[in-house]
Amino acid sequence: MSGYLEVVTPGPLTLVQDLGRPGYEAIGVSASGAFDRGSFALANRLVANAQGAAGLELLLGGLRVKAHGDLIVALTGAPAPATVDGIPVGHASVLMLRDGVELAVRSPSTGLRTYLAVHGGLDVPPVLGSRSWDTLSGIGPPPLAVGDVLPVGPSPARFPCVDLAPLKPDPDGDVVLPLTPGPRADWVEGDALSILCSTRWTVLPASDRAALRLDGPAVTRARKDELPPEGLVPGAVQIPPDGRPILFGPDAGVTGGYPVVAVVAAHALDMAAQLRPGETLCFCL
Amino acid sequence: MRVLPYGDQALLVEFDDGTGVRAFYDAFTESRPQGVVGVVPAARTVLVRFDPTVTSPTVLMAALRSVRSRRAGEANGPLVEVPVVYDGEDLVEVATATGLTTREVVERHLAPEYRVDFCGFVPGFAYLSGLDPVLHLPRRSSPRVRVPMGAVAVADRYTAVYPRSSPGGWNLLGHTHIQMFDVNSSRPAVLAPGTRVRFCELVP
Repeated sequence: MSGYLEVVTPGPLTLVQDLGRPGYEAIGVSASGAFDRGSFALANRLVANAQGAAGLELLLGGLRVKAHGDLIVALTGAPAPATVDGIPVGHASVLMLRDGVELAVRSPSTGLRTYLAVHGGLDVPPVLGSRSWDTLSGIGPPPLAVGDVLPVGPSPARFPCVDLAPLKPDPDGDVVLPLTPGPRADWVEGDALSILCSTRWTVLPASDRAALRLDGPAVTRARKDELPPEGLVPGAVQIPPDGRPILFGPDAGVTGGYPVVAVVAAHALDMAAQLRPGETLCFCL
Repeated sequence: MRVLPYGDQALLVEFDDGTGVRAFYDAFTESRPQGVVGVVPAARTVLVRFDPTVTSPTVLMAALRSVRSRRAGEANGPLVEVPVVYDGEDLVEVATATGLTTREVVERHLAPEYRVDFCGFVPGFAYLSGLDPVLHLPRRSSPRVRVPMGAVAVADRYTAVYPRSSPGGWNLLGHTHIQMFDVNSSRPAVLAPGTRVRFCELVP
């Protein structure tokens, strides 16, 4: 019989996430899903889960959970020091949690979002086909609270076959996000892509899963009239009237009324998911 | 129609007006090119999301250009009836602004068969086209902090039903008791693009 995780302390914001619910955009529902897809996928691979198995996305760590039943877990993404009944355990490693132990995840020293995968996946009821919590629309299993019980699904056919995943050390210097052209580059004066690429942008505190808000010199709009709202995708870089770019994340709404001048490649959004307010990023072509 | 770039997994098809969007959307949903994973219509555009492992922008762009838009007036989406009690907070103001009596406003709102052009703002919020031009009004200068769930409203050239309580700047004509969005339903949004809509009056 599969076990479950009991939430002792939820941390600042811990969400159930999987690969989201694509396909409902036309009725106004965002796909949502894990923000740093690469780290989420690695966690699932480490514990031999199917890639769509639900896990936890921790914002700045802080989670403490008690294992009921023997469980196998892994932590990836922002490296947050973790202990099992007080004993330090490794990052991006396969961890065995015996029945009754407590896993405590502290705040990461770098990065923002840590992922916890459990062998068998989290078996909470899906909503519209996914176990992701969409912070904008409030669809899905709600953020974790003290005392929550997270059932673990049946053991998948395969068993973990590696101990840990060697990871590249954090790059020195700036995070650089590659851009491709968006539909409204002509709404900005001059060469929109070059302007975005020639500035070091600072992530503002008002950033979240819906969007990163960036600070820097205003990007001048060539057109000040209103744009009828049009479809948005995660990674879209939008220029509002004040000229400071908005980079959309997985919980962006499905339409937006300001011009999208460029789009960050899907795979590069993983880096955006790990940026803390106050940190900087650059764009490149 | 123009096809605009939108990153490595989407294209944006742009039209001059809503008629072009409707015609294209109807034709497109009948036969989607390979690799298309999402179609998001809006006021003047249709966003087409694709799987880059199945197709490419070049191939898809050619497929989009060859979509033969259906003639306007061939709408054949499901028809939904929405019962409304016309007791909206702004009904009198709308009457005054349009030079009609409140009764005439209600009759003009009831008369057309509408069509869902697109959704956005919150899940299940559908923008309905076909509103009598005499009822075209700007949004309220001060939006409400809270519009009640089920409110039936007009703004610009659209009418809509608020599927949940939310902030909103539209002019409220009445309300419906029908639940417009339910995640547990097999059809979560009552109003989806292409759906035809008639309002009918409920006298309390």
